[in-house]
Amino acid sequence: MTRQSTTAGVPLQIKGLSVAYQKKPVLRNVTLEVTEGELIGIIGPNGAGKSTLIKAALGLIPKLNGSVLVYGKPYNEQRQLIGYVPQRESVDWDFPTNALDVVMMGRYGRLGWFRRPGAKEKAIALECLAKVGMAEFADRQISQLSGGQQQRVFLARALAQDAKLYFMDEPFAGVDAATEKAIIMLLQELKGQGKTVIVVHHDLATVKEYFDSVMLLNIEVQAFGKTGDVFTRSNLQQTYGGRFAFLDRQEDEELTLLSGKGRG
Amino acid sequence: MTDFWILLTGGLVASCCAILGCFLVLRRMSMIGDAISHSVLPGIVIAFMMSGSRDSFVMLLGASVLGLITVFLIQLFQQSGVQADASIGVVFTALFAIGVVLVSLNLKHVDIDLDCVLYGEIAHVHWNTWELHGSDMGPKAVWMLGFTLLVIIAVIGLFYKQFKLCAFDPALAAAIGIPVALFHYLLMGLVSMATVSSFESVGAILVVGMLIIPASAAYLLTDRLGAMIFISVAIGLASTGLGYGVSVVLDASIAGCMVCAAAVLFILAFLLSPSHGLLARKLRRRSLRERTI
Repeated sequence: MTRQSTTAGVPLQIKGLSVAYQKKPVLRNVTLEVTEGELIGIIGPNGAGKSTLIKAALGLIPKLNGSVLVYGKPYNEQRQLIGYVPQRESVDWDFPTNALDVVMMGRYGRLGWFRRPGAKEKAIALECLAKVGMAEFADRQISQLSGGQQQRVFLARALAQDAKLYFMDEPFAGVDAATEKAIIMLLQELKGQGKTVIVVHHDLATVKEYFDSVMLLNIEVQAFGKTGDVFTRSNLQQTYGGRFAFLDRQEDEELTLLSGKGRG
Repeated sequence: MTDFWILLTGGLVASCCAILGCFLVLRRMSMIGDAISHSVLPGIVIAFMMSGSRDSFVMLLGASVLGLITVFLIQLFQQSGVQADASIGVVFTALFAIGVVLVSLNLKHVDIDLDCVLYGEIAHVHWNTWELHGSDMGPKAVWMLGFTLLVIIAVIGLFYKQFKLCAFDPALAAAIGIPVALFHYLLMGLVSMATVSSFESVGAILVVGMLIIPASAAYLLTDRLGAMIFISVAIGLASTGLGYGVSVVLDASIAGCMVCAAAVLFILAFLLSPSHGLLARKLRRRSLRERTI
């Protein structure tokens, strides 16, 4: 109990987390402690285990060993405090439902086993859609939305969850510039409310601009700390390995260009 | 009276299957429905061998258990690296074959008719009645299907939001604490129940048609899940009526005609649906082209 009381103010504490698919390790001995009210980026090459880290933290996939504490307690006691934005491609956008309905799904966790979503849930969902600039699309069938609009609907759903700690899996992947700007403003707003947001991110060019802290991940944690201290050339090289080496001699602008291209 | 019982039986089969079919189609599990409908056979036979009676509710139980075992085995193989479609193929053919062997071994003492299991005979439904305290309560199949439909409506109605979220976004469902696996097996249990209740009347093979075809047609006609379920039921009921009418005229297999009618309705929806239909899409494209020129 003493250990819990000291971690009660820590949004997320992971100790010695390892995950394996079949026999291959995907995450090895990940340990981190997140500071409340920060925007935290997780970056690393493809197959580095970024999404796996989020899924394991949420208990969606079994872990080999290690512990995950959300505000000092196991995540299954703290689900109300957690918001989750899965990758956009993870769901079927041809599903027969509209934008408003998807956002209302964010409230299901608070409704318990038997209560049905009603007028209150609808009002909250409309409000969240308005926050992401999608109010006019509330009745639109979701397959008729653009990729950026779909991503905004997902963010609105996370807002409807009204959580304190958010996990977002590549919210910036494949969205237009307007949506990217809308998302980052939203993240800033969440941060302003003292919420903590952990974002899997691909675009190295925007890391310094967007995130307070950053985690460089490649199976193991390569570096984790304030963006200014950790997001360095040598750490990136260590994380991305040979794939990053050829960038070494080039200037920062070119680095920006190339890393932007490498997204996907 | 015969017409009435046949139409009522068919309508109940269609309703049970049409509701569950929507969730199977949306979760891309149509073939799991096929697998369950076949692999319940050994469950029926084993339940019969153990109880020694053709009591429908014992068979219902046996078949439901086998249905869940089927789903469990398919998932087990998939997770251990067998291709998804291959693992479905392996599990249901193997279990069905076991059923065929068991039936053929017991055929001497038993009145389980393999033809009847495979193709069903809805025309005989009203002969097999349920007697309570000496009074005739109507066909057993109607009672069992009615019970199954009630269970389906109760479970889906009570947990509609859970089933919907599990179908659309299982990751979020799990993250907010909905027991995804429980609802998965609950759905599969209901599919097993519907299959077994229906097999006497439409047979194990055609029940798949009643599961998948109306739901697929409804999918083309609406953009809302709630509406999809009601349209699916309506299409199922319409195919029952149409199919029965045609079968009387042609003097052909009733269950066969019902599924054919469902297929015709599906094709109509495929061609003429205002939003997703072939015709509407062609027209839209043409008007778009004319506008751009």
